Amino acid sequence: MNENIQSADAIKDIRNMMERSSRFISLSGLSGVSAGVCALVGACIAYPYVYNGKDFIINRETAIAQQLRGDSAIILNTWLFWIAVGTFFAALVSALIFTGLKSRKDGTEMWGITARRLMINVSIPILVGGTFLYALLISGNVAPIFFNVGFITPGCLIFYGLALINSSKYTLNEVRYLGYLQLLSGLINLCFPAYGLYFWAFGFGIMHIIYGLYMWNKYDRKTESD
Amino acid sequence: MNNPIDNLNKLFDSRVRLGIMSVLSVNASVSFNELKELLEITDGNLASHLKALEENKIIKVEKGFIGRKTNTTYAVTKSGEKEFRLHINALEKMIKASK
Repeated sequence: MNENIQSADAIKDIRNMMERSSRFISLSGLSGVSAGVCALVGACIAYPYVYNGKDFIINRETAIAQQLRGDSAIILNTWLFWIAVGTFFAALVSALIFTGLKSRKDGTEMWGITARRLMINVSIPILVGGTFLYALLISGNVAPIFFNVGFITPGCLIFYGLALINSSKYTLNEVRYLGYLQLLSGLINLCFPAYGLYFWAFGFGIMHIIYGLYMWNKYDRKTESD
Repeated sequence: MNNPIDNLNKLFDSRVRLGIMSVLSVNASVSFNELKELLEITDGNLASHLKALEENKIIKVEKGFIGRKTNTTYAVTKSGEKEFRLHINALEKMIKASK
């Protein structure tokens, strides 16, 4: 009988070690919450430019010149571009901070083999998606300051969803379901292009916060009370 | 019916070796330091177990460089993969038999 208990323990050890060496599990739920909050703040800042007719061109004179030249750098001359960049980095940095804190507490290395693999797999669809959407944006600048914005928010959500699904093999499995939901919101957004910012705020903001709270409640809260 | 214990491989009769095999069966190649970190054991202990597995052609060693530092990585061999699978099957059979 004792041998059977030993075999059961051995199997448990094997499974545990396979998991631990192939998945980065120190992803903090609070990272999701903070990224979601950043997204909502970003969406609020962007709102008047998108829906209330606030002028999103930074410098009109250069913009007109850029327009005449067909210069794609006109993108950099819009407030919306910099709001997007700022939101992205704020979300990324805040997510890294909470996950860094958690991995330090868990005693796992932040840049170990599993974290690196996760970063590579999440980055590929994001970088490709970002490049693709940038190309799409500048391809629309022939008409007077009119960009192909209709496809931008669905594109962000779809590529992000694919990135999550692709990388869920290398971290907590729940990430996959967040990926499906992002993908779905992106696809629905395609039918309602005028409401892009709302979908964006829902996908990157609300869904991140809900997911983050769920994960925090499931994994992190328990260890904090230990 | 033959006794499943016959299929248990003495080579894997240690927590450290089971750990090494588990890590190497889900990762294409793993460095010495990464193994050490995952298994939480000392250099000497890990090295002796790796040597035993290597001598039995269960795992293979590749020595490379990262810059000027040596970087030794380990991977499981074809026959090692098979031996480990047989070992796990035997373990599972023993558990089932006890139920």
